[in-house]
Amino acid sequence: MHHHTADLYTRNISGCGLSGMMSLTGERVDGRGIRDSIALLHDRSNGLGGGFAAYGIYPDFPRHFAFHIMYYSADAKDAAEKALDTGFDCARDERIPTRLVEGVADPPLLWRYFATPKPEAVAQSQSASDEDFVLREVMRINAEVSDAYVFSSGQNMGAFKGVGYAEDIADFYRLEDYQAYIWIAHGRFPTNTPGWWAGAHPFTLLDWAVVHNGEISSYGINKRYLEMFGYRCTMRTDTEVMAYLLDLLVRRHGLPIEVACKVIAPPFWKAVDRMEPEQRDLYRALRQVYASALVNGPFAIIFAHRDGMVGVNDRIKLRPMVAARKDDFLYISSEEAAIRAMCANPDTVWSPRAGEPVIGCRGQDVSTSAPLVSSTEVAHATA
Amino acid sequence: MPQLDLDTRDALAGAEAEFAPDHTRPRADVVPLYSPPEFVWRNDTERCRRCKRCVMQCGWRALSWQDRVGADHNKCVGCHRCEAMCPEKCIVVAPNPQHYKPHALWSVTHRKNVWKQGDTGGVLLTGMGNDAPYQVIFDHLVLDACQVTNPSIDPLREPMELRTFLGRKPERVELDAGPGSALALKTRLDPNLEIATPIVFAPMSYGSISLPAQKAIAMAAAECGILWNTGEGGLHEDLRPYAHCAVVQCASGRFGVHAGYFNAGAAVEIKIGQGAKPGIGGHLPGEKVSLEVSQTRMIPVGSDALSPAPQHDIYSIEDLRQLIYAIKEATDYAKPVCVKIAAVHNVAAIASGIVRAGADIIYLDGFRGGTGAAPTVIRDHLGIPVEIAVAVVDERLRQEGIRNQASLIAAGGIRSSADMAKAIALGADAVAIGTAALLALGCTLCQKCYTGRCSWGICTQDPELTRRIDPLVGARRIANLVRAWSAELEEILGALGLNAVESLRGSKERLRGLDVDPSTLDVLGVKPAGVGA
Repeated sequence: MHHHTADLYTRNISGCGLSGMMSLTGERVDGRGIRDSIALLHDRSNGLGGGFAAYGIYPDFPRHFAFHIMYYSADAKDAAEKALDTGFDCARDERIPTRLVEGVADPPLLWRYFATPKPEAVAQSQSASDEDFVLREVMRINAEVSDAYVFSSGQNMGAFKGVGYAEDIADFYRLEDYQAYIWIAHGRFPTNTPGWWAGAHPFTLLDWAVVHNGEISSYGINKRYLEMFGYRCTMRTDTEVMAYLLDLLVRRHGLPIEVACKVIAPPFWKAVDRMEPEQRDLYRALRQVYASALVNGPFAIIFAHRDGMVGVNDRIKLRPMVAARKDDFLYISSEEAAIRAMCANPDTVWSPRAGEPVIGCRGQDVSTSAPLVSSTEVAHATA
Repeated sequence: MPQLDLDTRDALAGAEAEFAPDHTRPRADVVPLYSPPEFVWRNDTERCRRCKRCVMQCGWRALSWQDRVGADHNKCVGCHRCEAMCPEKCIVVAPNPQHYKPHALWSVTHRKNVWKQGDTGGVLLTGMGNDAPYQVIFDHLVLDACQVTNPSIDPLREPMELRTFLGRKPERVELDAGPGSALALKTRLDPNLEIATPIVFAPMSYGSISLPAQKAIAMAAAECGILWNTGEGGLHEDLRPYAHCAVVQCASGRFGVHAGYFNAGAAVEIKIGQGAKPGIGGHLPGEKVSLEVSQTRMIPVGSDALSPAPQHDIYSIEDLRQLIYAIKEATDYAKPVCVKIAAVHNVAAIASGIVRAGADIIYLDGFRGGTGAAPTVIRDHLGIPVEIAVAVVDERLRQEGIRNQASLIAAGGIRSSADMAKAIALGADAVAIGTAALLALGCTLCQKCYTGRCSWGICTQDPELTRRIDPLVGARRIANLVRAWSAELEEILGALGLNAVESLRGSKERLRGLDVDPSTLDVLGVKPAGVGA
């Protein structure tokens, strides 16, 4: 089997390169730009993992959940499809188009399904929503069907990932054939386990996709916290907790994205103590209630959802992250050079402060700090 | 009835008063003592300048003056007060070197206990925590550190956060639109105790320890931004200024308990059990109930203060719920209610029931926890280690999805900042320290607290002895300890690449086991050393 050597481990740790771009007006562009950007970050990865997530790529199936599944055996496909058939009406399923690429070896069987949950199955499972039902089924297949991994489960979006350098993975998946208004990309440098296809970034759940550079030093407690809410960490990497935390905080607990960012990278108490009373009470409450959701240790992440793209650093900025604007496009990357590889002359380039999210939202201007806290306060916090 | 001399009576006070009121049995003074002295006292007569300070300092009356210092080795408990106070440093208190033929089954301790019981016929008493050679799990857990893939953080240069909140938390935060584009808090949080570092002081009552000792602890708590605990002794008037950082205890004897007492403290603790004596009550002999103690405990002068083994209005979990809510009603739901239990076999299920009964904090006292007096057989053989208790309670509360409803305090054998860090990684929100605080005051762990003759002035009500503690000096020493452990915890967090203590809390992933049997590791939820991430 493909990942026997990894069975001893529950996660692997990685250093990496990140890139992301989004059109604030929803204009769709193909995958060549993001491929060039992540190719420039070649040396930040080691060929053991690369991946992409793209939004707006399935306009023919906008309301269907697009499941991308990798199979390591024919039995796994039968078992997973049996599970899918029980809960979903499938409008189409097909092999994910790929091409032979030198440097991408031994791919699993890659299949995609456009499906909608059966209302009676949702009701029977007592799920509160279609999304909760999908979450449940994805967790179940990933944890219980051996040799099958759902690596993408959102609507009108998809993840493409595997073992190899990111630019080779882009060629392998023929990303030039897709049009998306958000692209995020990742080149991986795993330091702990051999790379395996499901372990490459991005990590996705429903509409969430996360690429991550860093190591989550608080992984142990983040994982146990998420388990209290029914999430099961099965991907053997620390990054998946980030995707699940966003799902919990934003989709299930209804926190605005900027507030969720302040949960995973909270301002320091010194800064909180100086805030106006209402703000202080809010930040104290967030910290008390979501102490176990604080993501500690070095990270730069780019995450995306159907309406936007966000870049955020850990609260003392232990990993690089640069952002840029050009017209209606927002760019975020590990390095400025990688931004210039997809956009030669950006209007503005800046280095976001520690813990200060860069939030791109469709139809809105880019927000560089949460409306809850001014940038001076963030600066104090990190001084 | 033969008249006991004062010394013998003191030495046997606890045993006789508590467990052997039957005066028809053979008495210590008619049965020849077989127990050999534990210690031998020596001084260098060449250097001794005959100041007699040692004679005055010995609370045990082991030393006397007859133109030179004479020692009754039988009375020496090895507290080392005379050594410490000797200006010439010419005293040595050493273990009695007498040698008994080795026996793998009958240890010398077992033999001595039998001799003592032959001497006295009493339940053997002891003080402080379980000293038996069980495996100390803390000593078989090692912490992680960052290398290459993630950077460690230098606590001298980067912010490091130890602030901790004890109490019930809601599952989620709800927001409202505030003024302008700002957001405001909609969720109303239950009262929480904010402490500057994840340390609180363990309950030690006025009565069990002296007023200056308790005052030193209270002052240190106020200075460090943490909490002290009245124990079951009421709140002495002199300590009112430190009530804002006091946890006031309500135990089975209900000493000093009234509505004003509950409302004076920062939180109320219901004491169900104690790690050193699970299932056992307490007894403060009437001799120690002075006017001051009587006023604080609200009992007559000279009366025995008996704390029953159970609380007589709590015979089951639903009764506990009633008391919790009675206290919440009495304090207008403004104070967290803590329930203190001894760590016993079924601790996880018990803790779950306590959370569901409405407790905001659970205080888990492991079998190494200290005491002023306990039957030796109870202290040394009942209960389980706090390491295991914390791990299984934390896990159980998570499995039931109620971990956010209560904080966990780990107590009973926390000896260092390393133990604290490991307890937190195993799932504790904070640790409580009793013995360590007393050690900072001068205690040498002679384990004779139950006699009330403590020469260090800690565990005694004799004014000649209690005045040896200057609360200001004592507070400084204890606050220094808290400060040192906090600084060391910051160093540990920095090495782990963390800058907030909550990122260590419950993160068993950062622990590994060394020389622990696999089933114990399994119970702890900790991987063996050598297994990676």
